[in-house]
Amino acid sequence: MTKPTEKLELFEVFVRSKRGLDHKHVGSLHAEDHEQALEYARDCYTRRSEGVSLWVVKSSDICASQEDDADCFYDPNDDKPYRHATYYVLPEPVNNM
Amino acid sequence: MTSEATNFMRKIEAEEKIEPKDWMPEEYRKNLIRQISQHAHSEVIGMQPEGNWITRAPSLRRKAVLLSKVQDEAGHGLYLYSAAETLGISRSEMIEQLQTGKAKYSSIFNYPTLTWADVAAIGWLVDGAAIVNQVSLQRTSYGPYSRGMIRICKEESFHQRQGYEAMLALAKGSPEQKAMAQDALNRFYWPALMMFGPHDSASAHSQKSMEWKIKRETNDDLRQKFVDQTVKQIEVLGLEHPDKNLQWNEERGHYDSSDLNWDEFWSVINGNGHCNRQRIEHHIAAHDEGEWVRDAIAAYNEKKRAKKAQNAA
Repeated sequence: MTKPTEKLELFEVFVRSKRGLDHKHVGSLHAEDHEQALEYARDCYTRRSEGVSLWVVKSSDICASQEDDADCFYDPNDDKPYRHATYYVLPEPVNNM
Repeated sequence: MTSEATNFMRKIEAEEKIEPKDWMPEEYRKNLIRQISQHAHSEVIGMQPEGNWITRAPSLRRKAVLLSKVQDEAGHGLYLYSAAETLGISRSEMIEQLQTGKAKYSSIFNYPTLTWADVAAIGWLVDGAAIVNQVSLQRTSYGPYSRGMIRICKEESFHQRQGYEAMLALAKGSPEQKAMAQDALNRFYWPALMMFGPHDSASAHSQKSMEWKIKRETNDDLRQKFVDQTVKQIEVLGLEHPDKNLQWNEERGHYDSSDLNWDEFWSVINGNGHCNRQRIEHHIAAHDEGEWVRDAIAAYNEKKRAKKAQNAA
């Protein structure tokens, strides 16, 4: 038995549901190349006018931060509370600024 | 408990999702692969009983609807295979497990579709039962599975509604059509209830799955939901309810119903349903017959790649 999907690359699919909105990750699929991935993505993820634009990206091209490193990776920002609007206490009459 | 295990349980208890690269207990992973792949296989095998009627649909409209539905099922299979693949099993391994009988699929698809009314009954009852289960699974603890379920539920509602509409047309049609509808209801009602699996007390994987929030509601609770919601639907069709012991229980706020024929349930699961052999044989045949297409795609792409390389040189 041939193992068709193992020869194929994995692609991640992103759909923009409406102009003005972000592309959103919707799932993945196997395809030979970008062109084929785009056609498959159309058939699989946009059967009901879910989108106006599709992106396909090779999964192997995505570089992701690690869950386990989250603490130290994002830590430097935790000691900068002055980056949040709520840090600044203003007089009541103008506090709704 | 190791710190990894503690962290895992903390996420589960806080209703946070587990994502593919997170640490997870081996049993959790195995349990998920079993459940998701079984779910994927059900979508794919589920195309057969309905596909049986595409060429014989009673009108062009019904044919177009049925084609779209069957196409959806293929898509749902893909969503689920992709979700299972994030757990480290390959598509070909899963297909091999299906074809060798190591992996199961929902027993409901081992029942034959004898008449057009069966196709209507499947959309209404089988997809209806699947929706009850899948709505609950939208809250499953594994992220990719949960997202797949949300996507599937969005699409599945059409499946149930088109089935009910087709059933309604028959139930309000000629006496022969109405009889056909009644017959389909009588045959599919019980197997649809069996789709929720054995009683909680007899379900091998239930307890751990509930603890890990892979499953969010028990087999019996989900089954009860389906029993309750179907009563009114049968009434509106003007058909007779197949369960003669059905009775409203004021105290429980639910309908009491007959127990199921569990011998039949186990017998079909263990390979002795009407169509078990046929379904798998057909899957293998379709897979083998499609080999030349896959080969052709690969050869074409190889050619394209070579050409690209030549042009680049």
